Amino acid sequence: MKRVLAPLILITALLAGWEIACRVLAVPAYLLPAPSGIWQAFLASWPLLLGSAWATLSTALLALVISSLVACALALAVSLNSLLEDAVRPIAVTLQVTPLVAIAPLVTIWAGIDHPERAVIGLAAVVAFFPIFSGALTGLKSVDPDLARLFDLYGASPWQRLVRLRLPSAVPALLEGHKVAAGLAVIGAVVAEFVAGSGGAQGLAWRILEAYNRLQTAKVFAALAALAILGVALHALMELLERRLLAVWRGR
Amino acid sequence: MTAIASLTRVEVDYARGCALGPVDLALAPGEIVALVGPSGCGKSTALRLLAGLEQPTRGTVTRAAGKGQTSVVFQAHTLAPWLSARDNVALPLELAGTSKREAQAAADEALRKVGLAAALNARPAQLSGGMAMRAALARALVTRPRLLLLDEPFAALDEITRRALADDVLALAAELKPTVVFVTHNVEEAVYMAHRVVVMTPGPGRIAGEAAIDGPVVRPPDFRTTEPFRAAAEAVSTLLAQATERAA
Repeated sequence: MKRVLAPLILITALLAGWEIACRVLAVPAYLLPAPSGIWQAFLASWPLLLGSAWATLSTALLALVISSLVACALALAVSLNSLLEDAVRPIAVTLQVTPLVAIAPLVTIWAGIDHPERAVIGLAAVVAFFPIFSGALTGLKSVDPDLARLFDLYGASPWQRLVRLRLPSAVPALLEGHKVAAGLAVIGAVVAEFVAGSGGAQGLAWRILEAYNRLQTAKVFAALAALAILGVALHALMELLERRLLAVWRGR
Repeated sequence: MTAIASLTRVEVDYARGCALGPVDLALAPGEIVALVGPSGCGKSTALRLLAGLEQPTRGTVTRAAGKGQTSVVFQAHTLAPWLSARDNVALPLELAGTSKREAQAAADEALRKVGLAAALNARPAQLSGGMAMRAALARALVTRPRLLLLDEPFAALDEITRRALADDVLALAAELKPTVVFVTHNVEEAVYMAHRVVVMTPGPGRIAGEAAIDGPVVRPPDFRTTEPFRAAAEAVSTLLAQATERAA
């Protein structure tokens, strides 16, 4: 109970301080709107924000699925051949350390200038790729060495070793990788929309840009709040999913 | 008498300097041998050589027990966390090509023998340390091995569970009659369980001596308080003390 109460009290105190400071100092609303003003902007535009949040979420989830398929397949291939791993790893790392914004123009060109939504999905998938790839690869290699010795002792075939030992051993690291990737996919979807723009369905990044261009700062905050809620909700969902699936995996 | 497995002038070199040998050891069918000695004297290496999980740098290892006829129990239970006790125990048979149904029936039987009839569907995470080791023992015995190798199998358990498990191993060995080699730090356990206690010394790992243990093959409950037990324990302790002194 205390653990829930403590952050609530802190947040309430911060918001109250913010509200009072805005009113006492008469801060202009375009510079820093008071929480009450942000709340009003939120109430006024929530149907729009909801639609945009859905657009961002569906983009992120689609990117996550694409990323998962590619990363898992690649990790599996790489785990079966150490030469391939040596070859692929530096490329994967390079891809990971290159800022997303920097490759956005290229991806936008390749996706076709008329299809920014494809570019956004592609870019979000790039960001989500690394944690899944890394988690899958770590998982496939995290076999209990003594259990592997038993498989040797019992004359297991390479196929049996893969299906009955390495794949099930990989499950926890794989789940962890997907959890991290889901959060990154949302960030990727937002950053990509900033750079590549929106197609038919406009995401939360677009709402922020739009409000910013009109100097409707309260609306910027409202969209930010929606984004934060989306991020926290997705994280909580993935964590719950991870816990449930792990419980199935180890039977408790 | 043909040995079920033997090490002849066996030496193992490790890059990090820890080495074994030369060591000679022959195992008669059905005998129970304990390897005792301080850490780093190559007990576990000797066990892995006997299992065929490791190759010697020099010397020969002969093994009459082929693949599938040798079982190993490690210090940790090494059960797959994603499998039930039954599926874990059935695994060696299934890997060898036995049908799932037969393998599971044999697994149930093996688990019953180690007193886990009520935990067939339990996952390793739901088993206590002693129960998990029992399941590991069942998995080792389900293939009816001719050679059973135990690498400090009870090291992580409390004294009461240790003793109960030692009796279980003896009872199962009396029934299935495999050759048993087990590694332990515990002199009392070695003398209680083994027909022959081999004392090893570190740097490089060698056999310092051995003691034959008299007494009934199936140990009576009060064996620990008998004179032969006390005499043997003392003999082994003396050997161990001499070996450690020489090494130091």
